[in-house]
Amino acid sequence: MEAIILQILNGLDKGSAYALIALGLTLIFGTLGVVNFAHGALFMMGAFVAVTLKRVLSISFDTIDETRIDFLGNPMVVSTPYVEVWFGPSVGGTIIDWAVPLAVIVAIPIMALIGIIMERGLIRHFYKRPHADQILVTFGLAIVLQEIIKAFYGANPIPTPSPEAFIGSYDFGVLLGFDPFSIMYPYWRLVYFGFAAVIIGAVFAFLRFTTFGMVVRAGMEDREMVGLLGIDIDRRFVIMFAIAAVVAGLAGVMYAPILSPNYHMGMDFLVLSFVVVVVGGMGSLPGAVAAGFLLGVLQSFASMSEIIELVPGINQVVIYLVAVIVLLIRPRGLLGRKGVMED
Amino acid sequence: MSKGNFTRRSMLMASATTGAALAMPTIFSSAVWADGHTGFTNAPGDSSVTLGFNVPQTGAYADEGADELRAFRLAVAHLNGEGDGGMLNTFSSTVLDGTGIMGRRVEYVTGDTQTASDAARSSARSMIERDGAIMISGGSSSGVAVAVQSLCQDAGVIFMAGLTHANDTTGKDMRANGFRHFFNTEMTGRALAPILEGLYGTDRKVYHLTADYNWGWSQERSIRAYTEGLGWETINSVLTPVGAGDFSSYLTPVANSGADVLILNHYGGDMVNSLTQAVQFGLRDMQANGKNFEIVVPLFSRLMARGAGSAIANIHGSTNWHWSLQDAGSQAFVRSFGTEYGFPPSQAAHTCYVQTLLYADAVTRGGSFNPCAVVEALEGFEFDGMGNGPTLYRADDHQCFKDVLVVRGKENPENEYDLLEIVEVTPRADVTYPVDHPDFAEGQLGTCNPGA
Repeated sequence: MEAIILQILNGLDKGSAYALIALGLTLIFGTLGVVNFAHGALFMMGAFVAVTLKRVLSISFDTIDETRIDFLGNPMVVSTPYVEVWFGPSVGGTIIDWAVPLAVIVAIPIMALIGIIMERGLIRHFYKRPHADQILVTFGLAIVLQEIIKAFYGANPIPTPSPEAFIGSYDFGVLLGFDPFSIMYPYWRLVYFGFAAVIIGAVFAFLRFTTFGMVVRAGMEDREMVGLLGIDIDRRFVIMFAIAAVVAGLAGVMYAPILSPNYHMGMDFLVLSFVVVVVGGMGSLPGAVAAGFLLGVLQSFASMSEIIELVPGINQVVIYLVAVIVLLIRPRGLLGRKGVMED
Repeated sequence: MSKGNFTRRSMLMASATTGAALAMPTIFSSAVWADGHTGFTNAPGDSSVTLGFNVPQTGAYADEGADELRAFRLAVAHLNGEGDGGMLNTFSSTVLDGTGIMGRRVEYVTGDTQTASDAARSSARSMIERDGAIMISGGSSSGVAVAVQSLCQDAGVIFMAGLTHANDTTGKDMRANGFRHFFNTEMTGRALAPILEGLYGTDRKVYHLTADYNWGWSQERSIRAYTEGLGWETINSVLTPVGAGDFSSYLTPVANSGADVLILNHYGGDMVNSLTQAVQFGLRDMQANGKNFEIVVPLFSRLMARGAGSAIANIHGSTNWHWSLQDAGSQAFVRSFGTEYGFPPSQAAHTCYVQTLLYADAVTRGGSFNPCAVVEALEGFEFDGMGNGPTLYRADDHQCFKDVLVVRGKENPENEYDLLEIVEVTPRADVTYPVDHPDFAEGQLGTCNPGA
């Protein structure tokens, strides 16, 4: 029983990341009709906003400590962050410690700007081109972004821990009446799940309860008709692209303490997120979220050693297997609109 | 006028005999390779010789590749008489004098292995066929090492392996033209087991997470044999896909498995992620079977330890070399490297630097660039002053036998390089295994191939 609860928790946590990325992918596909293979790169860039902010907050000045020596036997150079000088060691240290949550605020304008530049600078030229062209150009863009990040930050993962307050695990075993230590789950992963729920809720509320959202939803249904009503739907769709970029970026920022950021992390999530979108139904926002969590949980269960012993290799193919089954039985996806991608 | 019997024929005979007599000492010292520098692949001209450095410049191990390349550049500079000479000043063999290799200036070309066997073979082939490289070195993966070693054997050039830790490189897949300075998983098992016994006793239950590829299998097989030899019971062993990223699904069952030790047979990004996440899931804080839960990482690397951050504290593992060693060779190398680049070298850099000097030394001692002369000079070669104590290149399998370091992640590192501390220097005798060890006996060196 403990194992099942743990795998459900794992699945929800993994599914949160899938759902957030898939949500952005679906928004872009639903509004602009573009299959954006650079979306994983936006997730990765979000994680590197956290890395960058931590580095910026840690910018230091050097002093020589004559009492200590470095690896070459020279007097040790000691670095002291400016924030610790300006705000005192305690407050300054706390600011650096909270770099990841602070990066959420910083990432919103940065990711929106990146999204707008990406859309205006490149992707809009491919609206009327076939999906194959869109995939090629966005995939190329993803590789370019990856290489830029690698050139600046190197290829190895960069540890970006959560604030000290969230280090450690919560013992669900004691809470649920099982043995102590039987269901341990890291605080930060619980925070991530909560954060994802808030972001998903906010996007849905924005689309459901604002005039802007209503116009966007109308545009997703019938772009031409909304245009004929004199509404500049293109401008709104650009904003939606920026919002999708922000959602992916925020997902990446908060994921940095879970998976030490590296330049390739976006690509690892992208493929799975596309499967999530297809299973959920192209263009369906609830479908993307539901499929994200569903596939996250399924993948977690398939990674249990008991399951792998029964069906070797199932952990690596389960998501694709589910995608094949769903597409065979229901080509439009679980919650896809009739007629979308059914050909 | 008397007509002497000094004919053209007799003059030629006399010349040949004199020439042969003059050449006698060289023939006997350099065996059959004294015929000069022809008859083998990429025989160099009189002015320069080209070496090929095949390292991961892209992909997950690009940082290690960059460090290997720095070390190669330094080795070339030292061979050409530039810089402070580094380990040339401490190497027990003294034939290298800073004038290149046998009077030829050392030049080099580089390739990108991408940590993929096909790409690595392709770049090695290009360096051999297009650039005329006479020796290939580098790499940060056993799969790549085995693939490139086989290519070099067929092409008739020497392969001086970089970072490769799987037994197969000098076991099942050994080749006459290939040489490994780096240690292997069998040596890790031999070095680590006594330390683990001292730390954690003989009554332990182990859960293995193992990277699902050649090196992971080799690492698990070795460490498992030695921990089971201590009396530790293997509870479970789970293969994880390479590059899994999120290991939570594999880690969560560990807590309820009855195990009290987790061995992570992971390297690179997988090690960084699995170790970090194991700590996040509270495994280090756990008690199981009345004991503290422990994590072991058999192959440690400082570059990877940096990625894992504070998660490495008090985690034990093994490593080939560490910059904090105090012997003269290590100090000389760290000084050269640190002065040139501003930070200490990694174990990958060290092994690549040493391999380059060893190749140059073997050519000089053998008196020829002919791969078969190099093989002969390296086989059974005993040396010192290169950072690992007295070392033997065993003739039977072309594996170096030397001391192995057992290290522990530092709890309070003073800086980003001060991550590991040496717990034990396991003597060479304790990590030397017999030639007919079951994990290695399957391999056959074959005969050297000079190519051409």
